[in-house]
Amino acid sequence: MAELDTSGKGGGHKGGKIRSKKASTRIDLTAMVDLAFLLITFFIMTTTLSKPKAMDMAMPDKSKKDVQLPVPETRTMTVWLGANDKIEWFVGAPGKSQPTVDNFGKNGIRQTLVEQSKKIQATHAGPDNDMIVLIKPSDHSTYKDFVNMIDELNITGITRFAVVDITPAEVAQLKKDGNY
Amino acid sequence: MARIKVPRKSTALDMTAMCDVAFLLLTFFIMTAKLRTDDPLHIDTPFATQALVVPDENLATIEVGKDKVFFGIEGTDIRRALLEEMGKQYKISFTPEEEARFAVIPTFGVHMDQLKQFIAMNDDQRKDFKQPGIPVDSTANNELSTWIYQARLVTKNLKNQELRIAIKGDSKDMYPKYKQVVDVLQRQGENKFVLETQLKGK
Repeated sequence: MAELDTSGKGGGHKGGKIRSKKASTRIDLTAMVDLAFLLITFFIMTTTLSKPKAMDMAMPDKSKKDVQLPVPETRTMTVWLGANDKIEWFVGAPGKSQPTVDNFGKNGIRQTLVEQSKKIQATHAGPDNDMIVLIKPSDHSTYKDFVNMIDELNITGITRFAVVDITPAEVAQLKKDGNY
Repeated sequence: MARIKVPRKSTALDMTAMCDVAFLLLTFFIMTAKLRTDDPLHIDTPFATQALVVPDENLATIEVGKDKVFFGIEGTDIRRALLEEMGKQYKISFTPEEEARFAVIPTFGVHMDQLKQFIAMNDDQRKDFKQPGIPVDSTANNELSTWIYQARLVTKNLKNQELRIAIKGDSKDMYPKYKQVVDVLQRQGENKFVLETQLKGK
């Protein structure tokens, strides 16, 4: 396929001067392009472009027991994560109000979080009147539920939350409601 | 009658531009892509809206899936030093050749007494080998805790930087296994870490 400049041929220079042929400066790049695309294909196949994404997670320091401040129970919302992606939540002290069963998603827990947060901010005097969410994942909840729950808090902009171990009494309540 | 001559056109195309584009793309891919590593656990991470970029270096990844825990750390020099330290802890001596082989294993999930055998395997054998996962019992046999602790020390000594920890959990996995891993971290005073996720819209 190499192109040669043939313009010098057959010019019919009878007895004229011998001219040196002008070599073409064009190089056939087909093979090079082939090679380049082959390499591109190889790299697309063997590598991954999407870098893993992550979510920040900070747990409370267990070694410092004395720095915990007392928090009014009326400002806390407790969320239990049960089996089959079910949630139960209540506001205030445990045992006083019946927990509500909820689902994940836009109309589920997200709406609840926004509503309850507003309610608590309205009924408590500032400046420290944010809602505090206690997440209590049960042994039958999945890791996905846990990540979803924290993600919902991120979406709704609730920064005060803690992950707490679930108690046997709470597990019993979940069992009674058929969510364990 | 004079015949109309159809001028013959050359079939050769000018490939210069195409070649330029091809090499440009090639350069782009080489620069940005990261070699796909074999994931022995086939973890399907959950979706989340918050998307931080996972750091590339000084990172240890704890993979949790199918009730097993795997451990991986970035950097061949760190891996090499880590194996030496772990050998000292568990009274197993590793040869320099074994250290070199270990340095190219991105993640693993074997008990300490299986490690020598695991390192000796070739890639195909390793793929077929069913790795039991690293023990995370709360009792004395908590090898994950030792791995993390030694990894932190090694990173501090070699790079003078804190080791960052990422947990890569499978979305279908149950919560208690994750809790076990977090407990291990918290007992070492490691309260901040990242959870690997996939990005989703709100």
